[in-house]
Amino acid sequence: MQKYLTCALNWVDERFPLTANWKAHLSEYYAPKNFNFWYYFGSLAILVLVIQIVSGIFLTMNYKPDADLAFASVEYIMRDVSWGWLIRYMHSTGASMFFVVVYLHMFRGLLYGSYRNPRELIWLFGVGIFLALMGEAFFGYLLPWGQMSYWGAQVIINLFTSIPFIGPDISLWLRGDYMVSDATLNRFFAFHVIALPLVLLGLIAAHIIALHEVGSNNPDGIEIKKLKDPVTHIPLDGIPFHPYYTVKDIMGVAVFLMVFSVIVFFTPEMGGYFLEANNFIPADPLKTPPHIAPVWYFTPYYSILRAVPPLFNSQFPGVVAMGLSVVAFAFLPWLDRSPVKSIRYRGSKYKAWLTAFVISFLILGYLGTEPSNVWGQFDAGMPVLGGADRATVAARVLTVVYFLFFVLMPWYTKNDKTKPVPERVTG
Amino acid sequence: MANQEVDQSKRRFLIAATTAVGGVATVAVATPFVMSMLPSERAKAAGAPVEVDIGKVEPGSMITVEWRGKPVWIINRTQEMLDQLSKIEDKLSDPKLEVPQQPDYAKNATRSLKPNLMVLVGICTHLGCSPSSKLKAGEEGMGSDWPGGFFCPCHGSKFDLAGRVFKGSPAPINLQVPPHKYLSDTRLLIGVGEDGKEA
Repeated sequence: MQKYLTCALNWVDERFPLTANWKAHLSEYYAPKNFNFWYYFGSLAILVLVIQIVSGIFLTMNYKPDADLAFASVEYIMRDVSWGWLIRYMHSTGASMFFVVVYLHMFRGLLYGSYRNPRELIWLFGVGIFLALMGEAFFGYLLPWGQMSYWGAQVIINLFTSIPFIGPDISLWLRGDYMVSDATLNRFFAFHVIALPLVLLGLIAAHIIALHEVGSNNPDGIEIKKLKDPVTHIPLDGIPFHPYYTVKDIMGVAVFLMVFSVIVFFTPEMGGYFLEANNFIPADPLKTPPHIAPVWYFTPYYSILRAVPPLFNSQFPGVVAMGLSVVAFAFLPWLDRSPVKSIRYRGSKYKAWLTAFVISFLILGYLGTEPSNVWGQFDAGMPVLGGADRATVAARVLTVVYFLFFVLMPWYTKNDKTKPVPERVTG
Repeated sequence: MANQEVDQSKRRFLIAATTAVGGVATVAVATPFVMSMLPSERAKAAGAPVEVDIGKVEPGSMITVEWRGKPVWIINRTQEMLDQLSKIEDKLSDPKLEVPQQPDYAKNATRSLKPNLMVLVGICTHLGCSPSSKLKAGEEGMGSDWPGGFFCPCHGSKFDLAGRVFKGSPAPINLQVPPHKYLSDTRLLIGVGEDGKEA
């Protein structure tokens, strides 16, 4: 038996580099031996991607991308298709969990300086993946054709209208109609199920190829390739990805699937954060829901959009601020001037700024889910702020903190009091 | 042949020419795909002007009609309501109508062709929600000094009975007056203006 298998493998290897690829990316890909909790989320993102692709394929078997039929076809999937409810809840939960996992994956990068030289391109491909994922989520959210789908798309497409001169024409071109309509739904379906998934797969391939070229960073932020065994040329602090990290990642997968299953089976709407109540009402172009809020993963940027006051009778500055708040991540490799990568050896200034940034991000995220009068108004008698919405003022302050984290980074990272970095990885 | 010198300048010219021709072809092929995303002939036909019977709109009330999928309000304002318009100008962002949110024939004190009849696109200029009507002065929840107008439930923008935005609203500019003209005393056409211009 063994003889025949070896023979078959040889036959393949002479025609396709199967064994060579297995070695290069798994059994002889040496990863630092000190990976910790934060290193689960890359492989989990791939798991969620697979869940989304598989559940998505089965949803398209019953979904109708037609303004007259879409809403009812989703209800049909929920009520009449065998196990349709499970497949749809997996897809809707997967969408939110994708962002949970990706946000934690990005935060790992901030903690350990994973975006620094020589990993700038890995990071840039990652930012591209993040943008494609946001597009994927936005296009997908229109498909159920509920009230929140409709008005969310309306609000976002109208953002383009505020671009000076060409804005109205761009919106018209995006919608393919004078309003969000069947034409818009049909093309969003095309973007969601084929165009963006292809882009996403390409970017993920580039992300991983770049990663395996330079090797993984680690919680100490030091390059394991600098110290190699003189005979074998294997990094002294490296261990083969397979079996060590495949086993570790499978453990992460098991825990993740427990959390995922609890959400899918017990609380698929997640209190209105994963599936919004208004989206169980069919889209009505003549009636705006009383409160429009995006899904939770977009709310920090939405808060920034709302926080910026109109300038020169235009909403455009807010739109630019929102765009910058996402794109700012792409500049991190060049903004960070610290001599060390990992937070373990950074000084108090970076730690303070990172904390301020995370707090701003979370509070902005919360405020984006609520109407702007959620915290009431300041007393009319107060100087300057009298009568203003408390939440709006808070969002403005936090927006400034959010951007200062990026803008001031070259200075506070350079002047920080860092600790000496060890030669070899620690615990 | 084999030991002939390579003519580098000819090679550079050929590479440049091939690239240019290929680039032109790429743009030419991309054009129909990009254009296919514009509104189709059917969408354009559905966006044609709408004729409305306004004979039954009582003074102090309004009707909503659909034009290009957007709500269009026709408000029949009473003399009392019209008198309010000039009194609240200091509370408005753009009382002089400097931003062209109305056709030239509606750039006047009442923002309308006929003083009492107001035609407005009922879409908030902030982020495209549809404001609710709060036509009566001092209407519940709007404060005692409310002169009558519209309130957007999404982000709290306020507009008066001529669709002019109040200071302090998230909406940057006044509501849009669509192109419109009167075919007779009771027939209104939305989508084509007095001056013959379409939207």
